[in-house]
Amino acid sequence: MTAATAAFGAKGDASPYLDDVVKKFVLASIFWGVIGFIAGDYIAWQLAFPALNLDLEWTTFGRLRPIHTNAVIFAFGGNALIGTSFYVVQRTCRADLFGGRGLSNFVFWGFQALIVMAATSYLLGGSQGREYAELEWWLDLILTVIWVAYLIVFAGTLMKRKEPHIYVANWFYMSFILTIAMLHLGNNLALPVALFGGESWWKSYSLFGGVQDAMTQWWYGHNAVGFFLTAGFLAMMYYFVPKRAERPVYSYRLSIVHFWALIFLYIWAGPHHLHYTALPDWAQTLGMTFSIMLWMPSWGGMINGLMTLSGAWDKLRTDPVMRFLVTSVAFYGMSTFEGPMMSIKAVNSLSHYTDWTVGHVHSGALGWVAFVTFGSLYYLVPKLWGRKEVYSLKLVGTHFWVATIGVVLYITAMWISGIMQGLMWRAYDSMGFLQYSFIETVEAMHPYYVIRAVGGLLFILGSLVMVYNLYRTIKGDIREEVAMGSAQTARG
Amino acid sequence: MSIFKSHQKLETNVFLLAVGILLTVITGGLVEIVPLFTIESTIEKVEGVRPYTPLELAGRNIYIAEGCYLCHSQMVRPFKDEVERYGHYSLAAESKYDHPFQWGSKRTGPDLARVGGKYTDDWHTRHLVNPRDVVPESVMPGYPHLLRPLTFTDAEAHLKTLRAAGVPYTDEQIKNAKADLQQQADPTAGSDAAVVGRYPKAKVADFDGNPKVVSEMDAVVAYLQVLGTMVDFTTVKPESLRR
Amino acid sequence: MEQIVEFLRSLWGLWLMVLFLGIVFWAYRPKNKDRFESYADIPFRDDEKER
Repeated sequence: MTAATAAFGAKGDASPYLDDVVKKFVLASIFWGVIGFIAGDYIAWQLAFPALNLDLEWTTFGRLRPIHTNAVIFAFGGNALIGTSFYVVQRTCRADLFGGRGLSNFVFWGFQALIVMAATSYLLGGSQGREYAELEWWLDLILTVIWVAYLIVFAGTLMKRKEPHIYVANWFYMSFILTIAMLHLGNNLALPVALFGGESWWKSYSLFGGVQDAMTQWWYGHNAVGFFLTAGFLAMMYYFVPKRAERPVYSYRLSIVHFWALIFLYIWAGPHHLHYTALPDWAQTLGMTFSIMLWMPSWGGMINGLMTLSGAWDKLRTDPVMRFLVTSVAFYGMSTFEGPMMSIKAVNSLSHYTDWTVGHVHSGALGWVAFVTFGSLYYLVPKLWGRKEVYSLKLVGTHFWVATIGVVLYITAMWISGIMQGLMWRAYDSMGFLQYSFIETVEAMHPYYVIRAVGGLLFILGSLVMVYNLYRTIKGDIREEVAMGSAQTARG
Repeated sequence: MSIFKSHQKLETNVFLLAVGILLTVITGGLVEIVPLFTIESTIEKVEGVRPYTPLELAGRNIYIAEGCYLCHSQMVRPFKDEVERYGHYSLAAESKYDHPFQWGSKRTGPDLARVGGKYTDDWHTRHLVNPRDVVPESVMPGYPHLLRPLTFTDAEAHLKTLRAAGVPYTDEQIKNAKADLQQQADPTAGSDAAVVGRYPKAKVADFDGNPKVVSEMDAVVAYLQVLGTMVDFTTVKPESLRR
Repeated sequence: MEQIVEFLRSLWGLWLMVLFLGIVFWAYRPKNKDRFESYADIPFRDDEKER
């Protein structure tokens, strides 16, 4: 251990980049990831067995669900995005971070403090009541300060680059940072009660109401998906897939078209969350049209990621890290086909308000976002800590299969329960009456809720295997094992 | 060729790249959101929608804090089965004073847009304390903690804040916020109470069955009982709903 | 004048399509090919500095 640390220290000093802060973001992402997965699975079990709500105000589904969504999206995903963006921007610009250790550490510690405060606020019932934007006004302000500091570090590093061209991964990171800033400011316009002499200092009221508020929220909500969970993670794809495959991206020119088409089309898609509501029809139609068009750039990006492997497909068999990255892109392709389909009004009339939506979100969040992050982490951790490779590639393979089975259980259970519930709601008996009461449709969901929760449990187990594997990697251990693929040849 | 030269600049200049991104992502929001404030037909002209009473508003805030919107929608879609199950489809006008909106996105439980008046106050109270007492198959959490006293010392400030956001509370309503809140939960006040004068058709009752305190339960049930009841659809002319 | 502006505005879908095709044309122009594809190597240029 000491020898390894000493060796790393020597090498670490030689690195021209600021990587200490990247290491912290990586560790934070893993930590919050596991917490967020556990929170999610716990509330999944609550839906199957309501006694798990414990009838305490802090442990009900309603208060834990924002903790789950915010922990996985903003704490797990956010730390992964900020950390990798700091890693990637330094290497593709061949420059160290603007603002040095001070500013980047401010972003790190500020962001972690915000996460802790947000979770505490949600537990105590402090929520704006807007999905994925539950942060109350005072937390919104703190996040704004941290985000501006993040933008300064990132853009500042781009400005002092030695590479004339800005690599496309940085375009995606840039659009993620800027658009999230715009959405955050637009969707959180609120008046604190404290401004009008109220004692409830944490409480605010949205500046908008009713239909305008709904449109603003889903303009935000859908683009949190588009720019946080898509553009940001596509940036990771455009760097880590080529690096791990050791070959440049399939088509750089396609990536340019991909970028502009994706960011332009995404921003219009929000109204598909409000089909058949009191939102005017023209807005719904606009949202549907752009959602369907969005399919094209999404698949352009998928093709670009997958085809990067052309000529090196054997890596899928020999390198489980590559398997994570490639599978994530495949899941990205699947959910970006499913999404436009669900935005068609006729399909949406069945799928909306059901578990189908929940399954769709998780095929994106688990299959795409989490898998591309896992693949990147397995690549990053050995690099950051100066190790040749992860402790055990076999365990990466174990993680991959356990997690994949978990995801498949999850989304198939939600497809069945969602479509079934949608059909039961609209079913009529031979007398012309509604066939099922609402509670009968709830009862019918029970087996699928159990399967879903088991799928989630497998996903957590996989992530714990990763924690162990990365812990041993950081410690400097390497497991003696036969390389994957070659073992099969020997046996065969 | 000058266009292509200038894109070469864009891809090497951080500032221009940022401006390009912002211009690209700003259009969609502007085109979809701004007209909702300016086009008059966005919100139907129907009678009866009034701002929430202070007690209903307090209940609504608890509804938000507890995350009820994560399992219950408040938006009946214009489908035969939904209209038969829940009632008349929801109008934009019915949520025009909702800051924030609570239309929801998931129905783990049923839609609540028209739950007002469908069940008794006693049913709601028992259901909220332990849902399985009245609906054995329910998966909803129990909320026994709602029986605690409601804090409403700054009721006026809440109304004032909402007025600044565009809800037409009168000076009189703001001045009497605290008194109105208490009176609505006082069963001895009767249907000619001052609060009913200020908020037409407001339901006055001891919602939680405990006359000694104004509890959070009183507030939540008062809110649930007003949902979807403000517009009298027997008097609404179909052409006023056309948009 | 106003009528012309109004008419051009009504064709917004066309303008967006032109803009999109412009980007595609620009990205795929044979003249730009080598320059663009060389950018794909940027992630590999710092390798000698890596541990």
